Amino acid sequence: MRDADGFGRHPAHNRENGSFRTRAPGPESSSGERSRLSPQLLAQSRPEAGDFCQTRRVFGALIRIDSVTKRYPDGTVAVDRLSLEIPDRAITVLVGPSGCGKTTTLRMINRMVEPSEGTILLDGKDIQQQPVNTLRRSMGYVIQNAGLFQHRTILDNIATVPRLLGWGKERSRARARELMDRVGLDGTLARRYPYQLSGGQQQRVGVARALAADPPVLLMDEPFSAVDPVVRKGLQDELLRIQEELAKTIVFVTHDIDEAVKLGTMVAVMRTGGRLAQFAPPAELLTDPADAFVEDFLGTDRGIRRLSFFTAAGLDLLTAPIVAVDATAEQIAARDTADVPYLLVTDLDGRPLGWAESGELTAGSIETDRLLPHGRPFAAGTDSLRAALDCAVLSPTGWAVAVDGEGRAAGVVSQQTIAEAIRGAHANSARTTQKVAP
Amino acid sequence: MSGLFDMPSYLEYSYFGLVGLHLREALIPVLAGLLVALPLAQLCVRVRWLYPPVLWVTTILYAIPSLAFFVVLIDYTGLSETTVMIPLAVYSLVVLVPAIVDGVRAVPQETLAAATAMGFGPVRRYLQVQLPIAAPAIIAGLRVACVSSISLVSVGMLIGNQGALGNMLDAGLKYDQPRLVWLSVGGTAVLATAVDAVLIGLRLLLTPWMPRGARTPAVKEATG
Ligand SMILES: Nc1ncnc2c1ncn2[C@@H]1O[C@H](COP(=O)(O)OP(=O)(O)O)[C@@H](O)[C@H]1O
Ligand SMILES: [Mg+2]
Repeated sequence: MRDADGFGRHPAHNRENGSFRTRAPGPESSSGERSRLSPQLLAQSRPEAGDFCQTRRVFGALIRIDSVTKRYPDGTVAVDRLSLEIPDRAITVLVGPSGCGKTTTLRMINRMVEPSEGTILLDGKDIQQQPVNTLRRSMGYVIQNAGLFQHRTILDNIATVPRLLGWGKERSRARARELMDRVGLDGTLARRYPYQLSGGQQQRVGVARALAADPPVLLMDEPFSAVDPVVRKGLQDELLRIQEELAKTIVFVTHDIDEAVKLGTMVAVMRTGGRLAQFAPPAELLTDPADAFVEDFLGTDRGIRRLSFFTAAGLDLLTAPIVAVDATAEQIAARDTADVPYLLVTDLDGRPLGWAESGELTAGSIETDRLLPHGRPFAAGTDSLRAALDCAVLSPTGWAVAVDGEGRAAGVVSQQTIAEAIRGAHANSARTTQKVAP
Repeated sequence: MSGLFDMPSYLEYSYFGLVGLHLREALIPVLAGLLVALPLAQLCVRVRWLYPPVLWVTTILYAIPSLAFFVVLIDYTGLSETTVMIPLAVYSLVVLVPAIVDGVRAVPQETLAAATAMGFGPVRRYLQVQLPIAAPAIIAGLRVACVSSISLVSVGMLIGNQGALGNMLDAGLKYDQPRLVWLSVGGTAVLATAVDAVLIGLRLLLTPWMPRGARTPAVKEATG
């Protein structure tokens, strides 16, 4: 691939394990109708969108929220005529400022809050028609601070819903052990009590407990808000990994737009007063915010963050200005081209060591500790244009170093080349947009 | 040493017989009080406005002297153990009801929300989540109720030989026998301490999930 190839790849996955997540296709339509189109319709409307080929699944809306309003007894309108089609087997994020009705919306899905108006359908059936505890046991629920049962061991916490469903004690515990493994908890923690775990571990227990009875739906209310950023990133990556394996229908509430963009297949931005501002895939949100509120909420660097959705795989990498540390005078002379004012020196295995200015290298006596630092390189095949640009901006020479899977230098690329690739990617995405526009 | 624990025949019991009687007259009322307090407290938790009036009533009942209770009750239950135990059961409510209500209310909102979200009905949630988590507070209430009940049993001597160790105290004072006075006071104190120790042990047994100082340091996040 020569060119940057559009949306549809998840930055986290590109970085973490190179695999692609099934993601609802993003309509780059500027039509105001966009938010009302179901992802299913959109998938059908643009079969030619080649870069979305990872998205072969046709989504069905598993949860349909149909013009729902919630008025609390004190008169507060927490949710105002909200309509959402929450796609099957994907992560839908509800994001918005504090008090905009996210928790209320989530709790209406498992009937912890009853809507004042409107209906919610689960698999086409009105949730009001189902026994409330049966409904709740079919939906995992994860909250901030985990809400673990402090008087039960980790294992028994996780086994809670299977026990409620009448599974035997042994079977429930065996299942709980399986889940500890799945969420990355050490088996030795099984007999401990919640107070003996760190916040991050407790949150993992919360996720395991929600998954224990293998419910089709997972409701998560700011589950990672109370842990520190490093642990949070670990939990987010873990959630994406688990989702890759289990493909649940997840409704995820957060006030953190970065978390929303990272995790969401679809993102619903809500505004104060409980109204929907925009419902779109994250890439579209960043490209084309519906209004000033959404734009403001996305923050100042949405242009940069949007680059996360363009792959760096198509960048034109130069291999000419790379020399090994044991290069001969002829090799150095041959590599020293007029185009590039610097040479990248690598060790004998091809791993980058640093930059030297053109004409400053003497064969046989390259002093590696006098080289200019090369900064953090990006992964040639899997990183995004955002990562590549970041490397170039941080590099003292203005050139980014690309490495392969083994950390060997795969080539170098200038800020100018990256800028051209960004323009190309934008043009490409604008073109696909026009194909869908009515 | 023979004779230290010998009792005069008019006390009708051996020393350890009196201790057993004392224990029974003190603890059965607390148990009865607990059985009344549990549903009453649950009612107060569910119907919030009910809690203050219920508290007033228990406090007022507590303020009624036991003698007044006896006068009323003698017509119905005579000069029996029951007449001593009914006021004691009523007194225990003043400690037990707030202990249970506050204990149950102190269960974190997240925990309750999580239980509801997982499909616990209200009864199951009360029995399997709220009560166990409130156990330390309830046992703390029981400790106060038991100790105060043990010391209050002695007033039973007022209605003729229903005060157990209190009767012994009465006899010791009347007939100028310091040995009986000391045996009575010491016995009551030992009894109260022993019952308290048993309840502390019970709490430790029931709540392995409570943090105990720095004995078991929390495991720090290693997995990121
Ligand atoms: N039980 C309640 N009674 C009255 N008002 C409530 C209740 N719960 C939430 N609210 C109000 O409804 C609005 C939305 O709350 P919530 O759904 O918790 O928002 P978010 O989760 O987005 O922060 C807020 O203004 C909040 O004060
Ligand atoms: Mg909330």
